[in-house]
Amino acid sequence: MRSKILGILSLVLMIANLYMIFIFAPNESTMGVIQRIFYFHLPAGIFSYVSAYLLGLGSIMFLIKRDLKWDRFAAASGEMGVLCTSLSIMSGALWAKPVWGIWWTWDARLTLQFLLALIFLSYLMLRAYLPEREKRAALGGVFGVLAMIDVPFNYLSIRWWRTQHPQPVILGGGLDWDMWKVMIVSFLAFAALYSYLIGRRMAIARVEEEVEYLEHAILAHD
Amino acid sequence: MKPITAIIFKDIVIEMRSKESVSSMLMFGVLVLAIFNFAFEPSSVDRSLIAPGILWVAFSFAAILGLNRALAMEMDNECLQGLLLAPLDRGDLYLGKVASNFTFIMIAELIVLPIFVIFNNLKFNFQFLEIAGIACLGTIAIAAIGSILSTISANTRMKEVMLPVLQIPLTVPVIIASVEATSMVLSGETKGISSWLYLLAGFSIVYLIVSYLVFEFVVEE
Amino acid sequence: MPDTFALEAEDIRKTFGHFTALNGITLSVKRGEFLALFGRNGAGKTTFLKIAATLVRYTYGKLRIEGIDIREEPEKVRRRIGFLSHNTYLYRDLSPIENLRFFCRLYGMPDSEEKILSLLDRVGLRRRASDPVRGFSRGLHQRLGIARVMLHDPSIILLDEPYTGLDANAVEILNQILDQASAAGRTIILTTHDLEQGLRSATRAAIIDRGKIVFDGAAKDQAVRDAYAAYIRVGVGR
Repeated sequence: MRSKILGILSLVLMIANLYMIFIFAPNESTMGVIQRIFYFHLPAGIFSYVSAYLLGLGSIMFLIKRDLKWDRFAAASGEMGVLCTSLSIMSGALWAKPVWGIWWTWDARLTLQFLLALIFLSYLMLRAYLPEREKRAALGGVFGVLAMIDVPFNYLSIRWWRTQHPQPVILGGGLDWDMWKVMIVSFLAFAALYSYLIGRRMAIARVEEEVEYLEHAILAHD
Repeated sequence: MKPITAIIFKDIVIEMRSKESVSSMLMFGVLVLAIFNFAFEPSSVDRSLIAPGILWVAFSFAAILGLNRALAMEMDNECLQGLLLAPLDRGDLYLGKVASNFTFIMIAELIVLPIFVIFNNLKFNFQFLEIAGIACLGTIAIAAIGSILSTISANTRMKEVMLPVLQIPLTVPVIIASVEATSMVLSGETKGISSWLYLLAGFSIVYLIVSYLVFEFVVEE
Repeated sequence: MPDTFALEAEDIRKTFGHFTALNGITLSVKRGEFLALFGRNGAGKTTFLKIAATLVRYTYGKLRIEGIDIREEPEKVRRRIGFLSHNTYLYRDLSPIENLRFFCRLYGMPDSEEKILSLLDRVGLRRRASDPVRGFSRGLHQRLGIARVMLHDPSIILLDEPYTGLDANAVEILNQILDQASAAGRTIILTTHDLEQGLRSATRAAIIDRGKIVFDGAAKDQAVRDAYAAYIRVGVGR
């Protein structure tokens, strides 16, 4: 029931978001229409960091409580992390090509997103090669913690190492009040969709586990 | 003799007899240095720009080799279980492993370094000591995170092959910091080097503490 | 008295993914008892011993060793336990003396050459005390394993199929050591396939089947043999 409401909420918010982005939002003076991609790019980027922390949180909670629900939460966050980083990188590339003429540059933001994507993928790969449920949860949990605490170090080291990304418009205070409104709606829409997807993914994981259990039970009786 | 010291001492004795870890790391490190020689046209690129990077690529992969070897030796005859039977805190066991791993990786690095200096026509002066110092700091960081990651990867179906997959993304800060610091030393412009050194130190401390706390979850079935 | 029991297991369960290794083991072993645990491969004997040795974490239940909860104070428990498995946990590149010296230090005991040498004497390895373990046969390996187990003078000795692969000499040595330990009041829990070997010195016998205890009684009783025979028959039919 709760997930249905969340699902409908996400749908409504996303539609509203699209309206805001394409119709309501004013045209940016220098970059023109393409700048609108920023309303997807920034939330995707922020939520990739959120995913990293939720991954860490889920991992810690599993190690303490040993409830598999937390492990499912961590795994779902890992997958969402891959989704968000991919979105962020793709939208960043689509934005950068017309504006700066290049697909890719090893600047701070992009490099960080790429690195985060790698970390999420390593996490998922580790889980994929641990067939036993408890081991997968325990070792995945430990790696999740190690990965989470790595994020600030990655951030610092890459930030210091590169500074080619333009000053973010939002932090420079250069955003129109109308643009702020759009951004807020975008964040809310993303948040709703994110929560909905995590909830659904956890539910699917639960069913997957039950199916596996039943398969084993049946085979064992042959 | 305290248990942790006993573990380190035991590892050193075994290594002195078998010489497997250090020799394979050494060989690998030198080979990587050599490959880069062939990969980059010597005249077309400024040596000093890419040298630190080459050094740390060699160190990173040699370290992964060494970490895998060390764990394989412990898994032989299930000796790790023997260690787990002892009235020793799992975290202490981890620290013992970090110390052994650090020792062997460092020995290999200290032999690769002079070869590196010679290949790149650098000088054996104070700079050399500074680079060795940075290598020391970076290696503590790698040993700290690598000791727990190698134990994790040994439990997977992919075994040792999983270690680079787990370790390389997480050790990017270490590599960036070490390479930048080494570059600064080589170019002589050392303003700002302390940030990198603090980052390495901070990384090591944080990972030593966290791994100490969670190591038991990795080794218990 | 709370600690007349060497081991108290209450409803111990263990799952490895979908496989349930232990399905509720409740067992109390008094101090000084010699328990022989029988069971087919995969019945759960090794898992149970490993849980008692703190190598494996149980999924559910409670376990106390000499009154100490295994989850609360595992280090105290480890000090009192000696565990011998299929693998001897010995370092192949070290000699018997070096191996034992290492384990001495690991257990926080003072280095005692005489103690180590006398132990090697008891297991008949004195002459090969300085040879690297790498060249040893299975029998010699196992003897050194026995020495390792007895080194820190544990009050509870857990042995997982210790007779497997042993020659007659080694079997004799093992039996001697176990008899001496039992006479000195140590608690011994031993798993084995071999009914006669198991019952030789045991005071108590139990049978595990599919993670549960299906028989528990005095070793000298005929009931043990009957139950075991029945257990084997059922197994063959499966």
